[in-house]
Amino acid sequence: MAGNGISGLAQELASKRLDKVYAVEHALLGEYTPDGYTAALEALVRQVNPSCVLFPHTYQVRDFVPKLATRLSRVLVSDVIRVRVEDGALVFVRLLFQGKLNGDMRVSGPAPHLVSIQAGAYRAENVQTGSAVVETVTPALTPDQIRSKPHPPFRESSRAVDLTAAELIVSVGRGIKEKENIPIVEELARALGAELAASRPICDNGWLPMERQVGSSGQTVAPKLYLAVGISGAIQHLVGMKGAKTIVAINKDSNAPIFEVADIGVVGDLFEVVPALVEEIRKAKS
Amino acid sequence: MKIIVALKQVPARDSTLKVDGGGKWIQDADLSFEINEPDAYALEEGLQLKEKHGGEVIVLCLGPARAAQTIREALAKGADRAIHIEEENLAGLDTLGMAQLIAKAAAAEQADLLLTGLQSDDLGSGQTGVVAAELLGWAHSTIIMQVDKTDGGIRVKRELEDGWFQHIDLPLPAVLAIQSGINKLRYATLMGIKKAKTKEIKRLTAAELGSSPPAQAVIDRIYVPQKSKQTQILEGPAREVAARLVEKLKFEVRVL
Repeated sequence: MAGNGISGLAQELASKRLDKVYAVEHALLGEYTPDGYTAALEALVRQVNPSCVLFPHTYQVRDFVPKLATRLSRVLVSDVIRVRVEDGALVFVRLLFQGKLNGDMRVSGPAPHLVSIQAGAYRAENVQTGSAVVETVTPALTPDQIRSKPHPPFRESSRAVDLTAAELIVSVGRGIKEKENIPIVEELARALGAELAASRPICDNGWLPMERQVGSSGQTVAPKLYLAVGISGAIQHLVGMKGAKTIVAINKDSNAPIFEVADIGVVGDLFEVVPALVEEIRKAKS
Repeated sequence: MKIIVALKQVPARDSTLKVDGGGKWIQDADLSFEINEPDAYALEEGLQLKEKHGGEVIVLCLGPARAAQTIREALAKGADRAIHIEEENLAGLDTLGMAQLIAKAAAAEQADLLLTGLQSDDLGSGQTGVVAAELLGWAHSTIIMQVDKTDGGIRVKRELEDGWFQHIDLPLPAVLAIQSGINKLRYATLMGIKKAKTKEIKRLTAAELGSSPPAQAVIDRIYVPQKSKQTQILEGPAREVAARLVEKLKFEVRVL
């Protein structure tokens, strides 16, 4: 764990079943910078010389761990969903092609091996309690090592749409093809009494406002029903909605990764299925 | 500003992918290819920065001979010239090997900025820009939603998780991994397509850039993921499927 004034967090971590906790503390680590974190962790890894260093695959880790790996002349295996041992060697499973395929990666060369693990790949609550020793490490950092100057984090104007509270969500993806087709799913949301949401590309294109985005860079939702229309199911989207109670997916590609998480899957052309569905919902409600 | 945009050619998004005989990569002989979409946003950002501040946009692409098509498209959108590192066997390189070639070609240009997309749609490692920055000795930042020039360098807006952002000041030269959606992509004009035919594409081979280190992380096997969840699949005429789905929404999901 790296930062400044983190002894409380380090103690909390020490209450898990771990052999040891290293608290890498320095005033220059109070604000995250890739230069600061890379230098601090490089020193720790060289000192401890572990066989494997696991990281959570967060935005921050994506920002500096590839740099750290390069500094150590290693390759980071990123965004891993499973680790297994085969014939005494570690095998890391990753998603390829936006989740259409999986890949088993093997690493060679000397330790340490650096790996980042996808959020949700393992269950955090399964970590058992214990009591570990905390060793505080103070890296030799100087201000001139840090080239970037971060400013305080901020949020854009408060969200007008709170999707997290929605019971029912109709969400639209690339399959809708063009902005002019958005009313087709708006109609479905209206018929169901659902909030309308979208995957990132729809918001990137400006077809719906950013505040309606579900996924790692948008909102994380857990409605009773999540109806995904024309969403292929890239992992960045799935992390934002896989907590939904029931997931229904409409997609023309039966191999789309969204069907991996769907409870009910409709393989078909959304431009035919959605209008028919609107009609049936209206009938059922009348 | 002298700006290099590193971009990748990937299989088109709607491709049906099949594992090849060796089991280590996909059958790519019959696929159509396109620019990696996140890189298209990086290219657009480069073009807009050039329009605002003057300078040059150089496309840098590591890929097989067929990637020339994608390079031409980038030139047609307005890039000034291109460097194509021709390498038929990308699968033999890991992130360090790829970034090393890109960094070596970029270093020779003495540019102010190296832009890449956040990640590739095929391998999705999301590392090339950051690794190249370390190899070049340049500052970097990732997941960038805005780039402004300042007196001493640039100020970027970096996306954090859960709707948070942060401004960061960086000196130049720097590497930026651009987030998708930062700008609105342009289409190539007819004039642009015509002009692209006369623009310079410098071809380099991986060997010319020096030997790569042996790959440390390689794909051992690729395969279609096993389903872990029981999905009830509905197929058939739209009207019939819609009626069955409404039944389920009413009696199983209980939302109607």
